[in-house]
Parts: sequence; structure tokens; C-alpha cells
Amino acid sequence: MLITRPPDIPSSEITDESLFWNRRDFLKAAGLGAAAVGGLLPLRDRRLIGSDDEKLTPWEDVTGYNNYYEFGTGKDDPARNATRFVSRPWKVEVAGEVKWPAVYDLDELLKPFTPAERVYRMRCVEGWSMVVPWLGIPLGAVIDRLEPTSKAKYVEFTTLFDPQQMPGQQRRILDWPYVEGLRMDEARHPLAILVTGVYGKPLPNQNGAPLRLIVPWKYGFKGGKSIVKIRFTENQPQTTWSLAAPDEYGFFANVNPEVDHPRWSQARERRIGELFKRKTLMFNGYGDQVASLYAGMDLRRNF
Amino acid sequence: MTRAALVTRVVKPALYFAAVLPLAWLLFALLSGRVMGDEVKFMQHVTGDTILTCLMLTLAMTPLRRLTGWNEIIRVRRLIGLTAFWYACLHLSTYLVFDQSLSIDEILKDIAKHPWVLVGFTAFLCLVPLAITSTTGWVRRLGGKRWQRLHRLVYLAAAAGVLHYFWLVKKDVQAPLVYGAVLLVLLGSRVWFARDRTRARRSLSARTTEAKPAA
Repeated sequence: MLITRPPDIPSSEITDESLFWNRRDFLKAAGLGAAAVGGLLPLRDRRLIGSDDEKLTPWEDVTGYNNYYEFGTGKDDPARNATRFVSRPWKVEVAGEVKWPAVYDLDELLKPFTPAERVYRMRCVEGWSMVVPWLGIPLGAVIDRLEPTSKAKYVEFTTLFDPQQMPGQQRRILDWPYVEGLRMDEARHPLAILVTGVYGKPLPNQNGAPLRLIVPWKYGFKGGKSIVKIRFTENQPQTTWSLAAPDEYGFFANVNPEVDHPRWSQARERRIGELFKRKTLMFNGYGDQVASLYAGMDLRRNF
Repeated sequence: MTRAALVTRVVKPALYFAAVLPLAWLLFALLSGRVMGDEVKFMQHVTGDTILTCLMLTLAMTPLRRLTGWNEIIRVRRLIGLTAFWYACLHLSTYLVFDQSLSIDEILKDIAKHPWVLVGFTAFLCLVPLAITSTTGWVRRLGGKRWQRLHRLVYLAAAAGVLHYFWLVKKDVQAPLVYGAVLLVLLGSRVWFARDRTRARRSLSARTTEAKPAA
């Protein structure tokens, strides 16, 4: 098996962190439109644009306030307990209704792709949100490479099960390993990405290194972390949270301010760093791009 | 030092100091920027834990007194109870101001729709009359017996507080269960002592009836 080094991001591609933070100021100061400097500045595929009040959530919060029960249920547990997690070498099993089932070395699997930056809102089902500059690859491109069969209607993502490395798994808080899934059209949607980095750096362990899913129009828990298995299925996968509390967490879990969690409202959210809550947007603000996926579906029933 | 002096000179001052510690930590953590993520949640967790801890402590005074015979310790109960109340005011304020932006409409909807909010409110409302009647003047005005009966509301407040916590956590109910277990022991001890007392009274009255014919 060909084992390759992680695809190094050319240093020319990496935005200097101080520039990153002050990007807007820089642009304003330069008095130039983004188009004009596009060729000079390493501005990448930025999805969250045209909203100056939505600042990036600081690195400290993105990497210090995590829901990753494999490393503990406290928000600061993952940062503390994941420091020695080994994320290389990493194998990903591809299985099910697919032309190229195999156990892949992660770097080999991702070799043909160049991670690009995507700034996404991240809305947790608990009622808080962040704005995160992920570094990722369109999930659809990876799926195309694996060539699912015509029977494949869903994709299932399984997180590593390793209680030695993941102390949270020593308690049966959830039915380990963590499983998430998407309908094929959702998975192929250009906004769905496989993430390998954040803030121009490799993904920290507490954020789901080395490979996690981000589906920005769904609640955060849909984004499985430390993925070891991608399985294509004909039937809807049994996902962890929907098994743990079927009345509280559905398979779709689209961000929807009109459908409340049975125990709390989803109408508003607290953006990390802000004291007062702001209105939650339908599909987390990505309705223009994704609403058509659910045309004709009763979103109250398919929550 | 007598046991009474120990309470007034050591235990009470120490408790005054301890009572401001959670607030000091809260402000320090917030102002020094060491709170990761949701700062309002942090305020609510620190104040919430303080409230429940104080309520458990007030409920521990009676069993402690019975077990040790240290009667003077009861003098610190009001201080601990009021600490619970002041932190409950803070806790509630963060909810009203930051979570609901003081919108009466939203607050009423939230209470009506979500049992854990209702239960939390109930706990707070139970504490209000207890705080008001905590003064010596009110004890006198109500009379010991009636005052005591009113202050049994603290059982309801503590139980509602624990339930509030239990219902709000997403999945990991370990912490609320620990509070629940402590509360159960504290309330259970009262049943136990009450039975003890009845038994003592019965044997006492038995002895007096036996004594009668001889008299």
C-alpha cells in the first residue's frame, strides 16, 4: 500500500494569521475590492460573505469549547483529553454499495484533492453557534472518486472506537461508536465538506482530527469526527443521537428555528462571544442553496 | 473556645468569605477571558452549582446537629440559605436578561412550553418567602411553629432545583444525579430522625403510664 505524507499545504496558500483576523480591515484599508486583490491575496473559497456582523469565532473558542463526547461530556474535556490522540497514520474503510470498497490510507484517499477554505456558521443543537474557517474537501468529490453503485441511497460515517485513546468511550453515555449519516443528495451537495483543517492549520484532535464531516445547514452533531468508516447503504443509517433520543434528534437534523427541541426552543441562538441571543436562520442561513433538497417534505415530521 | 464561640468567631466568618468566592471566581474568569465558549452558560453553571450546594448545606444542618449535638451550628443556616437566594437571583437574572432579553412574552412562552424552566421558576418562587421571612423579626411575628412550617418550602425548592438540572442536561445526567442522591440522604435522615423521636416519645409515655399506678 502506498503510504504518503500528509498533503502539505503550500505555504503560499496559507493566510497569515494576523492577516486572517484583520482581513476585512485590510481590505478596507487597501481600498480595493476583493476582486482586485484576488490575484494578490490568498483569498480562497469564502462561503460566508456579505455579512460584516458575523465575525470569525476566535481560535481559542473553536478549539476550546467542543462537543466531542468521546473525550468527555464537558465542553473543555476534549481539549484536555485529546492532546495525545494519534491521528496518523489513519485508515478509512470504504464499504457497502460502492465500486471501490477498501481500507484506504487517509492521505492516499485525499491525495487528489486540495483542501480549500470554507467559512461556515456552525449551529449546535444546544442553542449556540460559531463561525468557523474550515479547511476541507467537497464530500461530493470524494464520493465521486469512490463511485457508489446505483443502490447507494445514503452514506454512513463511523467515528473511531478506541476507549484507550478516547476516555469518554469508557462510559456508555452513547452507543459507541458514533454513527452519522446523510442522504446521497445531501452528501453530494457542494456545501457538505470533509474537513481536515481549521484556521489554516491541521485539524486539532478536539475538533475531530484527522477527518470530520461538516454539513453547515444541519445541527453540529451531524458532523461525525475522527471518521474511520464510510459506508454506502440502500437504507437510512441508524444514527447515534436519533437512537439515543428519537423524539429529540431526527435523522435530518436540519437547522430549523420553527421546530423546537422538545426541551428547548430553537428559535434563537447564542453566537459564541456574544451575550444576547440572535435569531436562528432557516437551514442556518443556507436555505437558498439547500432548501430544494427538501422540497415537499414535512420538516416538522422529518426533523 | 466554646462551641458557640467557634460558630460565631470561626465558622460564620469563614462562611461569609466562602459565600462570595463563587461570585469572585465568576467575575475573575469572565474578565480575564478564560471562559471558553458560552459565557452566559458559564454564569448559569457557576451560580446554579452554588445554589444547589447551598441548599444541600442548609438541609444538612439539622442532621448534623442531631448527629453531633452541636446545636449552635444552626446559627449559620440563615447565612447559607440567603447565599442560595442571592445566587438564585443572579441565576434568574442571567436567564431573563441574556437568554430572553427581558421579553415578557418570550419568558411566558418558555415557561409554559418547557417543564425544566417551569420547575426552575418554581424553585426560585419557593425561595422568595423564605428569604423575606429569614429575619428574627419575622420568626417572632410568625411564631416558631408557623415559621418552621413555612420554611419546609426549602424541601420543595431543593427538589425542584435538582429536577431543573436533571431535565436540562442533554445526556450526561451524572452531576444532577449526585445532587439528587445527596438530597435523598438529607431528606431520608429527617424521616429516620422523626421515627426515632416517635419511638422515644412512645417509650417515654409508656414509662409514665407504667409509673401511674404506683403513684
